[in-house]
Amino acid sequence: MMVTLAGNTGGAGNTGGSGNAGGSGNAGDPGEPGHAAAADGGRPRARGRRARSGSWPAAVPLLAFTALAFGIPAVALVLGAFTVRDPQTRLSSFSAANLTESLQGAYLSTLLSSVQLSAVVALLGALLGTFLAQAVVTARFRALRETVLTASGVLANFGGVPLAFTWVATLGNSGVLTQALGLDAYGWSLYTFWGLALVYLYFSIPLMVLVMVPALDGLKAQWREAASNNGATAWQYWRHVGVPVLAPSLLGGTVLLFGGAFAAYATAKAMVGSTIPLVTLQIADALTGDVLIGHENIALALSLDMIVVAVLVMAVYLPLQRRSGRWLR
Amino acid sequence: MAAVTPILPGDTGEAPATAGPPGRAGRPARRRAWRGVVLIVAAVYFLVPMGASFWFTVHNERQGFSLSTYAEILTAQGFATSMLLSLALAATTIAVVLALTLPAMLAVRLGAPRLGPVLEVLCTLPLVVPPITFVTGISTVLRWGPEYLATTPFWATLIAIQNETFPVVLVMAYVVLGLPFVYRSLDAGLRAIDVRTLVEAARNLGASWPHVMFRVIVPNLRPAIASASFLTLALVLGEYTVAALLGYQTFPVWIVTISGANGRLSVAVSILSLLITWLLLLVLSGAGTKRKDSR
Repeated sequence: MMVTLAGNTGGAGNTGGSGNAGGSGNAGDPGEPGHAAAADGGRPRARGRRARSGSWPAAVPLLAFTALAFGIPAVALVLGAFTVRDPQTRLSSFSAANLTESLQGAYLSTLLSSVQLSAVVALLGALLGTFLAQAVVTARFRALRETVLTASGVLANFGGVPLAFTWVATLGNSGVLTQALGLDAYGWSLYTFWGLALVYLYFSIPLMVLVMVPALDGLKAQWREAASNNGATAWQYWRHVGVPVLAPSLLGGTVLLFGGAFAAYATAKAMVGSTIPLVTLQIADALTGDVLIGHENIALALSLDMIVVAVLVMAVYLPLQRRSGRWLR
Repeated sequence: MAAVTPILPGDTGEAPATAGPPGRAGRPARRRAWRGVVLIVAAVYFLVPMGASFWFTVHNERQGFSLSTYAEILTAQGFATSMLLSLALAATTIAVVLALTLPAMLAVRLGAPRLGPVLEVLCTLPLVVPPITFVTGISTVLRWGPEYLATTPFWATLIAIQNETFPVVLVMAYVVLGLPFVYRSLDAGLRAIDVRTLVEAARNLGASWPHVMFRVIVPNLRPAIASASFLTLALVLGEYTVAALLGYQTFPVWIVTISGANGRLSVAVSILSLLITWLLLLVLSGAGTKRKDSR
C-alpha cells in the first residue's frame, strides 16, 4: 500500500495564484449566498482579504481529530517514556532511566535483532525485487507485465495474520512441504530468523517491484543505445548510467522495505509467538504486563526507540523521493 | 549493432519492450534465458505457499480430499460476531475518514494552499510511526483514565469509547492509520479535475454548498473515493496489532485465537481473507484503469 507514496508529492502548491478568489468561501458553510461568488468572480482586486480568510475552517475537523487521536497518544508516549514510578511510594518522577534500560542487555539485543532482520529483508528484497522488475519491464508480453504488477499490488498488501498462517501451512512443523520433502530431518524450522526473513520477503519483493517498475520504465532506450554506440559494454552501461539514475529509487525502495519489516508485528506474533527476539514482540509483551513492577514504562521507552529508528530511516527516504524525479520524467 | 529508437514524447512505458527488433538476435536470447529463470523462481516462491496452504486445508490423512473445513467456517464459534464487528468498524472508519479528509483537501485547493504541506506531513506521519508504537501511546492514554480523570466528565467518555460491542477507540485508531492511503487516493483524484473551476461554475449558477459537494465534487471524484474506501476496508479487515493489544475480538484477532484449537480452520480462513482482499484490490485496480482509459 505504501507504494502510493512513490508517486510525486506536493501538488497542492499554488492554487491560490489564479487571482480568482470568488469561490474561496468556506467549504463547510452552506449558508453563504451564491451571488457573492458571482460578484467577485475574476477580479484580482477582491483577492486579498477573502483569500486569507479563505476556506481553512473546513480543515479544522481533520486537524482537531489528528491532534486528539494521534497527538495525545504521541505526547503520552513521550511523557511516559521519561517517567519512572517508584513501586513503594507510587510516586512518579521524571527520569531517563527507562530509555537507558531499553538500550541495555536483553532489550538492546531485541532492538538490534529487529534492525538486523529488517536490514536483511530490505537488502534481499531490494535485490530480488529489482531483478524481478527488470525481468518484467523487458518482457515481451504485455499480459505478463500486467499480471505481475497486479499480483504485486495485492501481495505487497498481504501482510499480517493470513500471511503467517499460509507459511505455517506450507513450511511449518506440520506444513505440507515440510512433510512431503521430509525437511525436518535436515533440521529445517520456519520459526527462526531466516524463516521469518523468508516470510517477510513475501510482501517485500512485490513492494520493491512496484517501486522499481516505473523507475526502470524511465530508463530511456536511447541512453542504452548511446552508450552502446560509444562502445560501452552492458556492465559499463549499468555501472555508469543505469544504476546512478536508479539510485534514488533503489535506496528509497530499500528504505520502504526496511520500514515495513521493522514495524511488522502481526506476522511475527502469529508465526513465532515470542521465540525470536523482536522489538515489536517485546513491546507487546511489556504492554500486556510481562515486566517487573516499576518497569511498566519500558514498553513506552522501547516504542520511542523504534520511532527514532523509523524517523531516521524516513529522513533518508523523503529527500531521495524528491530527487528521484529529476531523471525519471 | 544498436538500433536507434525514435524519440517519441511520452513513450516511456513501452520503449524497453519494443526496442528489440529482430536484428539484435544475439543478446536477447541470452537475456531471455536470464529473465525466464527469474520469473520461474518468482512464480515458485509466490505460488507454492498458496497452493500448499490450500492443500493443507482440503487434504488429511484419514478422509483424503474434502472441503469440509470451508463449510466449518460459517458455523465456527465467534466467526460471525468478529466478522460483523470488523465490517462495522470498517464502514464507520470509511465514513469518518472521508468526512474529515475530503473537506480539508478541498479547502487546500480552494483557498488555503498554505495548509497543503501541513496536511501532507500530517497524512504521512502514520506511515512513519509503526502501529505498535501508536497502540502503546493509545493504551497509555486509556490507562490515564483511572489515575487522573476519574473525577471528571472525561472519565465517562473514556469508558464509552472502549465499549466492547463497538469500540470507538478502534475507529479513531483506524482513521489515523488510514489517513495516508485516503490522502494519496484523494490527492490523485483531485489532481485530475479542476476543482476551482467546477466549484466556481456551480456556485455562479446558484448551487448551495451541499449541492456543490454531493452533486459536483463527489461524482467527479468517484474513482478516487472508491479507491480510498477499498484501501481503508482492506486495512481494517486485516488490522491485527491495534485490536489485539487493546483486547478486542476483531476478525484477524479471531483467526489467531482459533489457530490454537483448529489449525486447519485458521489456515482456511486466512486463504479466504486473502481471496477477499485480492478481489477488493482487483476491483480497485480495475476502477483505476477504467478511469485512465476514459481520460
